[in-house]
Parts: sequence; structure tokens; C-alpha cells
Amino acid sequence: MKVSPFPAAAEHELANVQLRRNLRAATDTIQSKRARVVAELPDWEALRDAGSEIKADVLARLDELLVEFETAATAAGAHVHWARDGAEAGAIVARIAREHDVDEVVKVKSLTTDEIQLNDVLATAGVRAIETDFAELILQLDGDWSSHILVPAIHRNRTEIRDLFARTIAPGIVSDDPADLAEASRVYLRERFLRAKMGVSGANFGIAETGTVCVVESEGNGRMCTTLPPVLVSILGIEKLLPRFDDLEVFLQLLPRSSTGERMNPYTSLWTGVTSGDGPQELHIVLLDNGRTRVLRDEVGRQALHCIRCSACLNVCPVYTRTGGHAYGSVYPGPIGAILTPQLIGIENASSLPYASTLCGACYEVCPVKIDIPRVLLHLRAEAVRARGRSAERLTMRIVGWTFESARRFTLAQRVARTAQTPFARGGLVRRLPPPLSGWTRSRDLRAVAKTSFRSWWAGR
Amino acid sequence: MSDARTEVLARIAAIPREPAPEPSRDYRVSGERSADEVVELFCTRAADYRAEVVRVDAAAVATAIVRILAAHGAQRVGIGPGLRSEWRPAGCELVDESALDVAGLDRLDGAITGCTVAVAETGTIVLSGSPEEGRRALTLVPDLHVCVVMREQIVELLPEGIRLLGPLVRSEGRPLTLISGPSATSDIELDRVEGVHGPRRLAVVVAG
Ligand code: SF4
Repeated sequence: MKVSPFPAAAEHELANVQLRRNLRAATDTIQSKRARVVAELPDWEALRDAGSEIKADVLARLDELLVEFETAATAAGAHVHWARDGAEAGAIVARIAREHDVDEVVKVKSLTTDEIQLNDVLATAGVRAIETDFAELILQLDGDWSSHILVPAIHRNRTEIRDLFARTIAPGIVSDDPADLAEASRVYLRERFLRAKMGVSGANFGIAETGTVCVVESEGNGRMCTTLPPVLVSILGIEKLLPRFDDLEVFLQLLPRSSTGERMNPYTSLWTGVTSGDGPQELHIVLLDNGRTRVLRDEVGRQALHCIRCSACLNVCPVYTRTGGHAYGSVYPGPIGAILTPQLIGIENASSLPYASTLCGACYEVCPVKIDIPRVLLHLRAEAVRARGRSAERLTMRIVGWTFESARRFTLAQRVARTAQTPFARGGLVRRLPPPLSGWTRSRDLRAVAKTSFRSWWAGR
Repeated sequence: MSDARTEVLARIAAIPREPAPEPSRDYRVSGERSADEVVELFCTRAADYRAEVVRVDAAAVATAIVRILAAHGAQRVGIGPGLRSEWRPAGCELVDESALDVAGLDRLDGAITGCTVAVAETGTIVLSGSPEEGRRALTLVPDLHVCVVMREQIVELLPEGIRLLGPLVRSEGRPLTLISGPSATSDIELDRVEGVHGPRRLAVVVAG
């Protein structure tokens, strides 16, 4: 897999006015909801510390915890499989479907299954995967793909959704009231839930101590997929483990508040093997590597594996909120995508992603597991430069570093820039810089260097 | 070629890693509110996420349920096989869920259950598949879920709740469902819509 370069994709997406408008409204709303429910907790920082330290412990003992998880889950009646990569995981799911003579599975939204393109793998094996999250259903019906971790169809408005439903699952629907649209999907999917022979899910957490799998969701489709079909397959990235059941007391506070800005999401399901007379009687868990051990090898970059996919870093990111998720050209968008994707698939295949950031640090501030995204970005930029061996870029970065190091040099540089930018600045923005800097402004408007710097304004006050 | 399990474990084992220090746990693990305040907080928070909340004396649970069912026009209602008799409402048809298949559950107007624990700070009820709660599908497929919460089941903080649930999972592997308000989506321009696939209405009867 190779992703299209961020600048080219971003230029295209920046032109999409609808996308930008929806995205801005959505990310602003979630951001302020998050801030409100986080402020309610007097011990938020202590929870973040605990979350980050528990995840560090998981990575330090990953091999041991995976075996512990496997033992506990097996003892509880689950079948545990291991997959080195996406193809292997896909083949396992397809084989289970074939063994049960299943040609249709219901599926809960999962970035992990998107990452391994499970739906395509299943389609090749003659199995149709029905996406059951409201937003995923929209994308599937439209042949589109996700632009946000949590609200994947954030770039579609109600009228567009109504028109899509009228063409596909609800001929004749005229209302674009969200309640009516939700009802249309309820009716369409209910029938499929009730007849499903096999469910497929990702997982938010796996508990090593007990072999428990945990899915956090809002709509109830997760509960449908993980309790109604007689056979359930859950794909668990190996980094999703938590050592002990009680660790949930940390993560079930961090995740909902960070992701949807709720004190708690409507539904959290936890199952431990098979329960007689309740839920699937055949349970499979696929432990997936697919590049995660590669990430683990990098001492600085491995903290990306702490990620609990809450999407808080997307909503605060000045780059993401303007370009949207498609510009990143990868399953994982936004700041986390910029550090995770290049590490998962190799920096040489996504070398522009670590540059899709202004290094403003807002992502680190909100990250519930304290991933130092700016630090990892800088580290990966150095890697990318090394991989390309392009000395001009390295030289530029070195000059930038040298300039920022000294206050005097920085002041001087500002003065030079103020003069040099004059031919390019319009209304306070620099839209196009001449080569060799044109690459920087192709999909960004650069704020012009102010006539008076903050420091000189402050000094002369 | 080695098998995937051996190879993944070997890949990890080959990576030098420092042991991590014991994680700090300086967050709150027990609440400071009085019992009355905890019940009050639970009711407010559950209502905040659009659950319908009523508070009654322990002796008046069945009557409260009758009123809720009537308000929703629910006639045929599923219950777990062990739902205590004093909670069983009069005047409607009660069906033991263990006798129903999924299609049968789909024809019910609602479900009545107890719960295992409730968390005030997040407005959450937790079900663990006891005979009083029935199997997971009972509170998922019908459109109305009426849940009875006894005041002594309410804890203030999530860690208090999780620590009560741990033993059920460790010793019996009980499946858990944490419910905070009715099913919802915010996928259409971030407008919250109640009731996508789970019950569209959640009524909580707080007893005692
Ligand atoms: S990096 Fe942090 S903030 Fe971003 S999605 Fe992951 S956990 Fe959330």
C-alpha cells in the first residue's frame, strides 16, 4: 500500500466547500462538548497519566500479555487466531465464513478491519460484508470512504444522505429529518441483523487477565452484531490489550469523554468467551500484527501504539479541520494518522504524512493517553529525510532549527521575511511562495509574518 | 515457514524494551458524596442522556412500571426468567425471554429487567446476564427497555462499579453491557437522534 501524497490530496479537498463547512461545524461542536465533560472531572490529568502508563506497560510486556490473553480467552471458550498481516487475517475470516457456508456477514465499524481492507478480501471470497454503523452504511452505499475516525460521514449533509437513501435502501423517502433518516436505516438493517449467521467486529480493548473483548459504541449495531449471530469473529490489533480488568476503570473514562464528548457512550459490550444460552456460541478472536511490531521497534515512535482511536486530536488539528480526512489518503487520518500510517506501512510509502502538521501541539494537549505527537512527527520527518536522502530539505530544516534556537536570529529572520514576503502577501495571507518554497503553500495558506511581532509589541507597550 | 503465532511473538521478543514502572493511579477510586446525593446524581445524569427516570418507594415498583408501559402502549413485554414477582406489573402479558428466539423478541413491545450495578457520575446501568436481567438480546431487540435500579445498587464513580464487576467476569465470565441512555447516532450533521438499532426508549425506575 502506498498513499497519495498529502499535498496533492489536500489541494483537491481544500476546494470542497461543503466538506470544509460540515467538518468545521462538526469538529467545533465535538471539541466544545469534550472540553465541557473533561472539565467536570477533577482527576482528568491523573487519568491521562494512568492511561499513558498502563499503555507503556502493555508495550513493555506485550508478548507476555498476548499469551496471557490467549490462555484466558481459550479457557473461556473462544478460538484465538494469530495473523502476521492483513492478508492472513482476511483469509482467517473468509475461512470461518466458508466453514459455516455464510455468504453475508454483518459488521461493526472498525478501523482495524478497514486497515486490512477486510470487506474486499471477503468479497473476493464471495462473502458480502454489510456495514451497520449509520455513517459506514452511508459510505458503503455511496462507494465513498471514511473522512473521520468517529464520524466517518462528517462530510455528508442531510440532503445528500436523503438523496442517497432514496436511490438505494429507501425508495421514495422525502424527509431529510435526521430522525427519519435514522429510521430508514433501522428498518433496512434490522432484517439483516435478525437473519445474520455471522458477525464481524473490531475491538476497543482486550483484557489479558480475563480474555475479555470490549466494544464501545453508540447506536446498538455493535450489540446487534456481537450478540445476535451464532458465530462472531473479532479482530484485535495486538496493541489493544490492557493487562487487567480493572484497567477499564481508566479507559472507559478517557475514551467516551475524549471521543464523543459524552460522560459515557450509550453502549459498551464486554464478553468473555462463550456464554451458554446468551449470544454467539462460536467465538473467534484474531490477533493482528500488520506492522504493529514494526512500530514497536522504534523507541520514539512506538507511543503511537498507545492510541485508543478517540479522534480528539483530529478535532483540534488546524490542518485536519481544514483539509478533512481524505487528504491524508490513509485509514488513519489527522495527527494520529500522520504518525501511525507511515510507521505501519513504512516511511518510504507515506513520506509526506509527517509534514501534514503545523506542530502546534494541540493534539498532545487533548490526547487522553498523552502521545507526544509533535515529537514523533519531528522524529519521523528526520526519518523521511534520511529515507529520501534529500539534502536540500535537510539543509532547510537545519536552518530553521538554527534560526529558532536563538532569539536574536529569530527576530532578524522575521524582519527579513516581512520584507521578502511583500510581493506574495494578500490580506494577511501568503497564498503562493516561489520555488523552492512553493511546495509549502500549495495546499496551505500561510499567515503572513505580522508587521509588528508579538514580542516587539509587548516590549513597546 | 513458522506459524503466525510463533513469528509474531518472536518479532516482539526481539525488540529491546525497558520494563515499565508500575502505572500511577492517582485518580479517584471512591466517591465523597452522601448516599442521597449519589442517588440524586444518578437520576440527573441518566436523564441528561434522555433516559426517562422515575423515583418510587421500593413497594411501588410494579405500579410505576404499569404506568410506563401504558404511556408507551406496550402490551407484550419480555422478562428474564428470574424477575422478582413484586416487580411484575399487572395487566399486561409477560413473556419469559428464555422461551423466545430472536424473531420472537422482535415481536415484543418492550422488556423489563433489573440491573447489577449503576454508576451515578456517568448515568450508567450495567447488566450482567443474571436471571433477573435475561440474556443480552432481551434489552436490545425490543424498542422499550424498563430497568429497575435499587438505590443500594448505585455507586458514585466508575472505578467503584468496575471493581464490583471484576469478580463476576473473573469467576463466571459473565457478559456485561453498560448502558448510558438509549441508542443514539450523531452522524447526520451531528444532530443527536435517539434510537437507531437498540431500544429507542430507556425508562429507569429508581427504587427505595
Ligand atoms: S492519538 Fe490520542 S487523541 Fe489522537 S486518536 Fe489516538 S488517543 Fe485519541
